[in-house]
Amino acid sequence: MSDFGFRMWGTRCNMNALGHLTEIPREEYMTPGHLACQGCGAALAMRLLLKGLGPDTVLVVPACCWSVINGPWHATAVAVPFLHTAFAAAASTAAGVRAAFAIRGVRASVVAWAGDGGTFDIGLQALSGAAERGSSDLYVCYDNEAYMNTGIQRSSATPWGAWTMTTPVPAVKRRPKKPILDIMAAHRIPYAATASVGHPEDLIAKVRRARAREGTRFLHILAPCPPGWRILPEQTLHLARLAVETRLFPLVEVEDGARLRITVMPRGERSVREYLAGQGRFQHLAADEIAAIQSAVEAAWAALLARAARPGNGGEPAGHAGNDTRT
Amino acid sequence: MKRVLEGNHAASYGALLARVEVVSAYPITPQTQIVEKLAEFTADGRLRARFLEVESEHSAMAACIGASQAGVRAFTATSSQGLALMHELLHWAGAGRLPIVLVNVNRALAPPWSIYADQTDSLAQRDTGWMQIYCRSNQEVLDSVLLAYRVSEQVGLPTMLCLDAFLLSHTSEPVDVPEQAVADAFLPPYRPVLRLDPAVPRAFGGLAGADVFMEIRHQAQEAMDRALSLIVEAGEEYRALTGRGYGLVDGYRTAGAEILILGMGTIATTAEAAVDELREAGIPAGLLRVRVFRPFPAEALARGIGEARKLVVLDRNLSPGSGGILATELRAALLARDLAPGIWSYIAGLGGRDVTPAAIVSACREAVAEPAPGPGIRWLGLRA
Repeated sequence: MSDFGFRMWGTRCNMNALGHLTEIPREEYMTPGHLACQGCGAALAMRLLLKGLGPDTVLVVPACCWSVINGPWHATAVAVPFLHTAFAAAASTAAGVRAAFAIRGVRASVVAWAGDGGTFDIGLQALSGAAERGSSDLYVCYDNEAYMNTGIQRSSATPWGAWTMTTPVPAVKRRPKKPILDIMAAHRIPYAATASVGHPEDLIAKVRRARAREGTRFLHILAPCPPGWRILPEQTLHLARLAVETRLFPLVEVEDGARLRITVMPRGERSVREYLAGQGRFQHLAADEIAAIQSAVEAAWAALLARAARPGNGGEPAGHAGNDTRT
Repeated sequence: MKRVLEGNHAASYGALLARVEVVSAYPITPQTQIVEKLAEFTADGRLRARFLEVESEHSAMAACIGASQAGVRAFTATSSQGLALMHELLHWAGAGRLPIVLVNVNRALAPPWSIYADQTDSLAQRDTGWMQIYCRSNQEVLDSVLLAYRVSEQVGLPTMLCLDAFLLSHTSEPVDVPEQAVADAFLPPYRPVLRLDPAVPRAFGGLAGADVFMEIRHQAQEAMDRALSLIVEAGEEYRALTGRGYGLVDGYRTAGAEILILGMGTIATTAEAAVDELREAGIPAGLLRVRVFRPFPAEALARGIGEARKLVVLDRNLSPGSGGILATELRAALLARDLAPGIWSYIAGLGGRDVTPAAIVSACREAVAEPAPGPGIRWLGLRA
């Protein structure tokens, strides 16, 4: 699996095998010398995001791994402007940048780029406010499922059963991951989607679809973290794909808060055991706990399929005909 | 053109004349009229600005930071709890060297809930890297918005403009509203050298090591130092345009004064009446009003104090465990200049408690009667 990921770089791959035809742009907007750990899903997520967005982009980044990854003062690891801001302030700072660009007549994608802590937890109020106001920004959460920059503490994105430094065995996290995509879609924003660094063609296609819409757009990218997940750097892509294939992290998009589509349909039956067993943070789980996770995943997947198949797909707001005009 | 304006609307007219481009604010009593008026100006097209009705003061300041970093003139207004909620981002704006102007209506912090005048809210933010101006009239509020942007944009530091809750914010006074052409002549459009531009891949605010962090802070201190003379310069230029000038400190009947009252905001206006009464009684009293608190105008104060041997400092604030903040800073500044007048430090008017001329006269009479103030703080009009 990991071979697959690496072979893609610098080539224009035909992704027919995955049901998509997407070219991965050759252009690089990340530079060598960034400070990410080996196998960092967040570094890969940024690389793919920028390939999807292109040069007219401005990043607004709160406290998160990327505050460090981008490099020390006087340096930057991306070929677009990068504005650091406070932890709770990604969406609100981005809204200010967007307002200023509107006054100046500058055309650019203003992207708030935050980790799961800065999105699910401390930054949720500002994000909800921006979404409610319809601030025309793209908000991207790269989710490594804990406070990894501060050394692996649980966040509300940490999955049920996971070990972290603040949920040590046996007192591991006993609450489910916060359903951030549902929360954002419930704001009736034009576009909300999940993506995974293990499915770059799907990720880039979603970045482009998000870019084509006005208003608040939200992307939730699963980004494995080798030190935090207790995995080897070469397992990042394998696990990112496995999360999707086991249906633990479905790849979906929701337009206008209503029309949900599953964008990558997993084939075959793969047990969550395979995903969990590969990670140190789940090593303590007993067989019955893994079975409980499997049941929860199956129930959630069945509900998702039912929702996607529902006529009208969740009830559409007035003024939005059912036709999907997506190309 | 003369208008009858409450202090809050004077601030709004100041922002209108300054042609602010992004306004981001959250409601709080007694500030709300400032941004309501700006929403009206924006809605009817008199002000070409984006108005962001954010969901908290934290977000209000964050949006101002984003807007200012992206190269436009940003404005917000708040008070008390709202200013406290902004605290983290006040540091960000100050250290980020962003020339945002914030109007703070000085109101007590809870608990217990109080919406009345108290300057502890803004003085508790004195270390955030913002310039601070305390106004005593609605005219000064309007004029100071223009003055604040002028100096802020010259030195790259934000300014917090303070007015006392209700005593100014909701009190109407005749205010001369300058012509737009006058404001434009005084305040040129904001054209920062460094700003967010999609074509220029700069990073702003990235991780600094111990090898450069101190130098960055040192530059901020130098900017504060530079602002001292620029504030005076701007005030003089404004006087030439409008007939109204402003400095760091201003005085009332200071000639030959042996006892000086010091204070900030509306308490200074009340103190003028006390000075008149004391002078009539043959006591050589005067008033020094501290208009600019950051940068702290130590030289101007030392000059203003001159030969006066007794100072009565009225602090409408409290740093619990220390005392009045103006008195504390004044004492440090004078000591560094080998000046040691007696400082009678009074805590006065907290939570909107009325400070009357008679109370100020009695404080001064204590200072006249006592050879030295001794240690400790005094409480003006504290109920037994």
